[in-house]
Amino acid sequence: MPVEHTFPDSAARNAQGEFETEKMSLSMGPSHPSTHGVLRLQMELDGEVVTKADPVIGYLHRGDEKIAENMTYNQFVPYTDRLDYLAPLANNMAYAIAVEKLAKLEVPARCQAIRVITAEMARISAHLLGLGAFGIDVGAWTVFLYSFTEREKLYKLFEELTGARFTTSYSRIGGVARDVPAGWTDRVVAFCDQFLPLLEEVLDLLTRNKIFTDRTVGVGVISKEDAIAYGLTGPNLRASGVPLDLRKDRPYSGYEQYDFDVAIGSHGDGYDRYLVRGEEMRQSVRIIKQAIARFPEGKWYAEDAKRIIAPPKDKILTSMEELIQNFMIVTEGPQMPAGEVYFEAENPKGALGFYIVSKGGGVPWRLKIRAPSFCNLSILPKICVGAMVSDVVSILGSLDFVMGECDR
Amino acid sequence: MPAALDAIAALKGKWPGVKDRASLDHPALDVPPADLLAVLSSLKADHGFDMLTDVSGVDWSVAASPRFTVVYHLFSTASHDYVRLAADCADDAAPEVPSASSLWPGADWHEREAFDMFGIRFAGHPDLRRILMWDGYPYFPLRKDFPLAGIETELPDAEVRAETKTGAIAAPMMGGPFVASPGEINLTDAEPRAKDESWTERRPKPGT
Repeated sequence: MPVEHTFPDSAARNAQGEFETEKMSLSMGPSHPSTHGVLRLQMELDGEVVTKADPVIGYLHRGDEKIAENMTYNQFVPYTDRLDYLAPLANNMAYAIAVEKLAKLEVPARCQAIRVITAEMARISAHLLGLGAFGIDVGAWTVFLYSFTEREKLYKLFEELTGARFTTSYSRIGGVARDVPAGWTDRVVAFCDQFLPLLEEVLDLLTRNKIFTDRTVGVGVISKEDAIAYGLTGPNLRASGVPLDLRKDRPYSGYEQYDFDVAIGSHGDGYDRYLVRGEEMRQSVRIIKQAIARFPEGKWYAEDAKRIIAPPKDKILTSMEELIQNFMIVTEGPQMPAGEVYFEAENPKGALGFYIVSKGGGVPWRLKIRAPSFCNLSILPKICVGAMVSDVVSILGSLDFVMGECDR
Repeated sequence: MPAALDAIAALKGKWPGVKDRASLDHPALDVPPADLLAVLSSLKADHGFDMLTDVSGVDWSVAASPRFTVVYHLFSTASHDYVRLAADCADDAAPEVPSASSLWPGADWHEREAFDMFGIRFAGHPDLRRILMWDGYPYFPLRKDFPLAGIETELPDAEVRAETKTGAIAAPMMGGPFVASPGEINLTDAEPRAKDESWTERRPKPGT
């Protein structure tokens, strides 16, 4: 005899008020482990399902743009470290190139190569952190331990090059602060060689991990159209299937010489974003190796711009003209022409843009920072709706944002 | 670059108010606020500028008129070109331009930021409130008449205010040695030892 069960007509019972539920409001953050800093999500829940999500940002707002208007171009370099503080070298480079565009300054090939190498190392370091933190968010602790071990090796190399592990301030307007130390490039290659097999091992912990795929596949899906409409950039945009990479499409700092592939996803979910980041690390290693293999000789700073670039220290201490030049640049700032420029670089989190309005002189009139994390987070109200609360944690992890950059 | 130049030529033909804007890099246009939405949507629909990368306010100084300008950077994911549009706000006291959030949902946050920092209103914005500063903050920090150090302000929450008896205070480093704005302050006066009057050889230390 077949067993049957008829469900009561839920619509009718709901109309009688039997299933009526009350919306709950939940404030997640600003100090919640999954918000990676100080993001607050003001959510409205229907049971376990998010019906409304309003990101509250600004907890790390320091007024970087206001500060920039009150100091010379060179003095602002350390502030760029504190934008995306997981990849300060990449920020330094983006800012320096923007100002060099304003000054119409060409930097030597060696400087470009150093910047590319450091920016790609910064990308690996940032993606490793993103990966490790994402792993923790969805319950895979081990990845974090592996990725932080690798980051530590990168930090050692950063320290050797710049003198600082974290806040590197390595770029100058028209160059980098100093040449690479002897044997440094060999140590970078050695790092890359041991890193590649290890990366595969780390990614293997997640790629076919049942728990990880359950938490990320189909979660936080962003369509191609939405990704473009919200101004998403970087891995988050490419995971949605848009093959946009400024290193390829608007090459800067000599990226056009290097052979690398742009990883794109097909579904735009958290899992694709993870895969894209994993592949980008492999490609970064490729770029670094190529750049080191054909590492150009020469100066690491442009020499031909007298009113912009501070002369070398030994000249300052021995020659009158260089002393005066250095004095003028330090006190009045590098002298820039009047005008407007906008430059975006492909940073680990996406396109970091600087819009500089100059009225001439050593201080920008307006310096707008277009932060990729800011744009990437603006899609949260859309993709969180309909997700479970636990999915929100996974979505935040997969978007891989930095609040220092979002709030500026 | 050709896509952007074609677009610019077409726009100038269609809207006589649209003028070339001086730029050191990307093609740029000055657009009257009245034509702004039409120009933006034409760029998006007809010329492939499908991504709004940035919206930023600019304050051209307290004395300038027009004082506020809103600058848009559009990017084409097909031709990989940028184009810059600038719209001057007619009213210096109550600057306003139309909101682009109906064309790009991503404009929402950018415009909230420009409102938060400059007090520029965006007509037709669905939810124009502060984004980086807290709701109820009385000033617009990126305006040129707002001091770098900040202005002492009450904390937003009454309970916290009563409990802590403190507020958002102005930064103590105003005019410090790291603030070098040539022509505006005398750097010698800004040095710490210049302020520390009790320690010069001409004036003895108080109390000695």
